[in-house]
Amino acid sequence: MLRSRRLPEYNVRIDTDTCTVCKACVIQCTFDVFSYMKIENKISIDESKCVDCHRCMIYCPDKSISITPTPIQYRPNASWNKESIHNIMKQAESGGILLTSMGCDKPNYNYFDRLLINASQVTNPSIDPIREPMEVKTYLGRKPDKLTISDNNGDSIIETSESPQLLLETPIMFSAMSLGSVNINVQESLAMAAASSGTYQNIGEGGLHPRLKKYAKNLIVQVASGRYGVHKKYLDTGAAVEIKIGQGAKPGIGGHLPGEKITKEISEARRIPAGTDAISPAPQHDIYSIEDLSQLIHAIKEATEYSKPVIVKIAAVHNSAAIASGIARSGADIIAIDGMRASTGAAPLVMRDNVGIPIEMAIASVDTRLNQEGIRDKISIIAGGGIRSSSDAFKIIALGADACYISTVALIAMGCTVCQKCHTGKCPWGLTTMNPSISIRINPKMESKRVANLVRAWTLEIKDMLGGMGINSIESLRGNRHQLRGVGLSEQEMEILGVRPAGI
Amino acid sequence: MNTKSSISKFVVDAKNLATRELNEKIREAIRDGHKQIDIQNVSGQRYIAAGIQELIDIEIFGVPGNDLGVFMDGSKVVVHGNAQDATGNTMNSGEIIIHGDVGDITGMSARGGKIFIQKNAGYRTGVHLKEYQGLRPIIVIGGTAQDFLGEYMAGGVIIMLGLNLKGGIHNADYVGTGMHGGSIILSGDVRGIGREVEVQQLDQEDNRLVEHSVQEYSKHFGCKVDEILGSKFKKLKPVSTRPYGNLYSY
Repeated sequence: MLRSRRLPEYNVRIDTDTCTVCKACVIQCTFDVFSYMKIENKISIDESKCVDCHRCMIYCPDKSISITPTPIQYRPNASWNKESIHNIMKQAESGGILLTSMGCDKPNYNYFDRLLINASQVTNPSIDPIREPMEVKTYLGRKPDKLTISDNNGDSIIETSESPQLLLETPIMFSAMSLGSVNINVQESLAMAAASSGTYQNIGEGGLHPRLKKYAKNLIVQVASGRYGVHKKYLDTGAAVEIKIGQGAKPGIGGHLPGEKITKEISEARRIPAGTDAISPAPQHDIYSIEDLSQLIHAIKEATEYSKPVIVKIAAVHNSAAIASGIARSGADIIAIDGMRASTGAAPLVMRDNVGIPIEMAIASVDTRLNQEGIRDKISIIAGGGIRSSSDAFKIIALGADACYISTVALIAMGCTVCQKCHTGKCPWGLTTMNPSISIRINPKMESKRVANLVRAWTLEIKDMLGGMGINSIESLRGNRHQLRGVGLSEQEMEILGVRPAGI
Repeated sequence: MNTKSSISKFVVDAKNLATRELNEKIREAIRDGHKQIDIQNVSGQRYIAAGIQELIDIEIFGVPGNDLGVFMDGSKVVVHGNAQDATGNTMNSGEIIIHGDVGDITGMSARGGKIFIQKNAGYRTGVHLKEYQGLRPIIVIGGTAQDFLGEYMAGGVIIMLGLNLKGGIHNADYVGTGMHGGSIILSGDVRGIGREVEVQQLDQEDNRLVEHSVQEYSKHFGCKVDEILGSKFKKLKPVSTRPYGNLYSY
């Protein structure tokens, strides 16, 4: 590769007055910014390697390190800002596709911040969620059109056979993160948090690590285009099976885990030889249509004897509503929709930042369409991709989802500072690295507590918002867009979202 | 308790049975301890033997539908007739023997097991075959196959005998596209191969595998073993186990 002409993006400084040369920064930084010079007994800094993850700052016992963005680097220009110049330089050096990770970091696509939540005043009473019952339990799965009830000597017997359901104690679930995108310590932390919070963790397409087996009833297993580690016992293990068609961060493309990341542990879970690329094709070659999708859904149902719900996950794209209608009719129990701000362990930058539509638009249009067709009640909807707070979760349910998927939020709870370097495999916080000497930085017992704390806090906040608007059940919020108002939105945007402007 | 009669051959008539009803009957027979199941009058019912982990001998008379033996792990299925698309989809182990032709994506993503096809196969046969430790899938095609044979193969072996092939050329292009493991061994030429593969001579181990597979093929369908083994075979192998190593910037 040609020599880089980029300027360093960050200034890294050590205050020599307070630094005790303990070398903690040398150990903590996985990008080799710091090195120890023995003769001079000081730390040398290569700031061109810094990714601004803050690991060194937090772990410096003397608090001697400071990291700041480099002051003005290029002449101010609305078209040619630092990012666009650097991207061109990188591609000119390498001739390759720009890789990135985490979710889209551009400000343009957020609707959550332009939606406001209602509350009760005078005309109907608000409810105090701390002292009054507030139901946030959510059942995901197919619901029957009607119940046939027969009378057996005074006892009512429900004759309608029930479809399998997932019971969530709170409508917050952990989105798919495979073994390979994150390491087993992260997966186990999430599994423990899911178990203690009464919710589910999606383990993605990367096989099932033996350490996760004991959390089976809180796991969702995924079947994606690579079919890695997918076999009968795997399908039997999960509480639900998710067929992954697309991912919000990179709709329409497959991916591959590079051979150097296929360690022994990954190889065993994915059931492929160590060292070879693990390619996930762009399509699933047994699914070219809704009819084919229906076939895979039923193949899974036959293999698991109709005992568990099947989720179909799609990326939010322009015609999501029509696709969702097809999925609802294909026999799926749950649709998961992943918005364009969704995170990833690795994706081409051009896909992450340009392909797909925001989750708010997708959920609103899917909910509207399924309602128009009279099939919304048949199927449950999980929304993911870009949910940052309990209010985002709340708003997406009001726009029409049954529950939401979070993953970036859970990673941040475990230390992630969204430096967007997951694809390098060097995550200094020990999250997205497969290197056992770094992944040991995640202690599942400790980190699961943080994640569970977060879910608890959000659940309390959701109850507060529900109570404020005088609603005592999350079911009454679902698709209840009267409780939302838009600010700074065009008429057409509000029409799609199904909300009225604030003030009306 | 299983009596002798309950483990005898179980015969099910699939006539007028819906897919789900037929598969439920098969599962019930397995639960009752039957090790041999004959299914008569099969006409397009899907997912037969889906996810079966017990070691069962299943004989199918008629034409089974798509996803025959999907997720199957260990059983033996013999089809007296043609089979449809996605036969042996994501199979773990076991054997599927088809006395006729098969549709598209036969053996898709299979991790182990054997599939013997007496005649011809459709498009994308053996797409994304894998292998892992002791498991190595083998697909033997008696006749010919269509485009994208062995696409994305990460392991396993496809052997294509080219019996009754007209003009010595298989009407298959893009053979082995995206291949990064395993091998395709074939008699005759193909219209085109993927850029990720190269043509090689068979080594001793390949020759032994071909000999063994042809003998098995003959056992199932009857054929002149020596004549087939006398024909010239060649092998397609991936150039690299890392075909897409240099696609990306940083």
